[in-house]
Amino acid sequence: MKVTIDGIEIDVPKGTTILQAARMIGPEVAPPTMCYYSKLKTSGGYCRTCIVKVTKGSTQNPNPMPKPVASCRTEVMDGMEVQNVTSPEILEARKGVVEFLLINHPLDCPVCDQAGECKLQDLGYEHGAVKTRYEFKRREYEMIDIGDKIKLHMTRCILCYRCVKTAEQITNGRVHGVVHRGDAAEISTYIEQAIDNDFSGNVIDVCPVGALTDRTFRFKSRVWFTKPVDAHRKCTTCSGKVRLWLKGEEVLRVTARKDQWDEVEEFICNTCRYDKKKTSDWVIEGPSPIHRQSVISQNHYSNLNELKVQVLKQQKALGFMPIDKRP
Amino acid sequence: MQLTNRSKVVSDKHQTALEKLYLPAVLKGMSITISHLFKRSATVKYPEQKRAMAGVYRGQHILKLDENGAERCTACGLCAVACPAEAITMESAERKKGEEHLYREEKYAQTYEINMLRCIFCGLCEEACPKEAIFLTDRIVNTEFERDDFIYGKDKLVEKIDKRIDVTKRQTLEVAKFKQLADTKHNTVWTGKQIKGKH
Repeated sequence: MKVTIDGIEIDVPKGTTILQAARMIGPEVAPPTMCYYSKLKTSGGYCRTCIVKVTKGSTQNPNPMPKPVASCRTEVMDGMEVQNVTSPEILEARKGVVEFLLINHPLDCPVCDQAGECKLQDLGYEHGAVKTRYEFKRREYEMIDIGDKIKLHMTRCILCYRCVKTAEQITNGRVHGVVHRGDAAEISTYIEQAIDNDFSGNVIDVCPVGALTDRTFRFKSRVWFTKPVDAHRKCTTCSGKVRLWLKGEEVLRVTARKDQWDEVEEFICNTCRYDKKKTSDWVIEGPSPIHRQSVISQNHYSNLNELKVQVLKQQKALGFMPIDKRP
Repeated sequence: MQLTNRSKVVSDKHQTALEKLYLPAVLKGMSITISHLFKRSATVKYPEQKRAMAGVYRGQHILKLDENGAERCTACGLCAVACPAEAITMESAERKKGEEHLYREEKYAQTYEINMLRCIFCGLCEEACPKEAIFLTDRIVNTEFERDDFIYGKDKLVEKIDKRIDVTKRQTLEVAKFKQLADTKHNTVWTGKQIKGKH
């Protein structure tokens, strides 16, 4: 099936969603996502950040769709034409979505452990308004300890349901879920029951905001002062492939490796995550690839040669010519 | 061979008899020296006499306390990441129950160090600070004999409760206005359920 996204045509198999097709083209046209997670079934459709404009439904029915659609839940049709970043209407609508997501989200980034790798922070920076128009009382909750390893700040939660789906699909039998409805909805462990499953720690990694954070890393350091390296160990329960966040020789935090879309590559077990906090426990492979624009890449140079190539490419695009090569 | 026409002919003229005496030159020099005795001096006798400083002078840093005497700094690390000289380091800790009068937020700086030898006094730290905790004052950093003494810890940086330092001049009009907005909960203390007064 042929689909055109922002003027770029791509051939995709039947059943692909617009979002997946956009991701196949590349990060330039892929809409941002807060709730959709390709590794989790039935995720997506809650946050509306991935909305796009369908200007032509299909070859058979070329009518445009009447309103913006959630690209994570809409399958492509043959001959479909989609606008994402090229549509000012969509950018305006997305700004509204971000404003809605931030209605109840506190601005406690200076305190929050997620700051620096938070998707809502990035989204707010790229699409958000400078000021909020909301004047009413915001939804606030007490902090909850889910077991001795996970901290739940319900105030920061944007109700993306990723953690619920992780607990459902990755662990066997979940003990936490969403109770109540609408504005009153909240993540809760039934009767504050601790999650003591082997893979329960993965809810921290899938959380796009700082609602679920690692208590063993709580306030230890800011993300951009730590150095991420890829490492592995022999583990009987999981793949053992992780990312270590080092400060000097000290392992401050262990997380799963994340891909380009900030999604976990392979879920890791709690033993790897919480109990192996010595460098000697791990075989270190090398520095993790971090996007150059990320604050985490501050003062970390994983591959200087690659950086030079990237800089040269940017200079070329700008029409810059080195002084000794000028005519 | 002449490559360019920018070369200069250097003179190797010999001194005249009058110039060989050196006396006119000495007298000329002395007259300049003596004339300076009667001019206003360019320097001041520093510790006793002080020059007026500009209101925006950037001197030694302080970590401000809020109006209740609690530390404003929450160890967010933005000053350290903004610092071009990498002079700032910090370690954070979690506030315990009963320490609310000491620290404003849930998290606070357990250690906070500025290396004054590294610092270039650019003021980017105070610009980056989201909590209005760090400010540069009109105070001059003391001279020391040891290098280690230039690493200022919290004992030197946090302002004393009985010796508050006024930094209102250093807050720009935009910041002062921003803090007065009713809808920015920028600086309110979050203590679980209820919100305390705005500052």
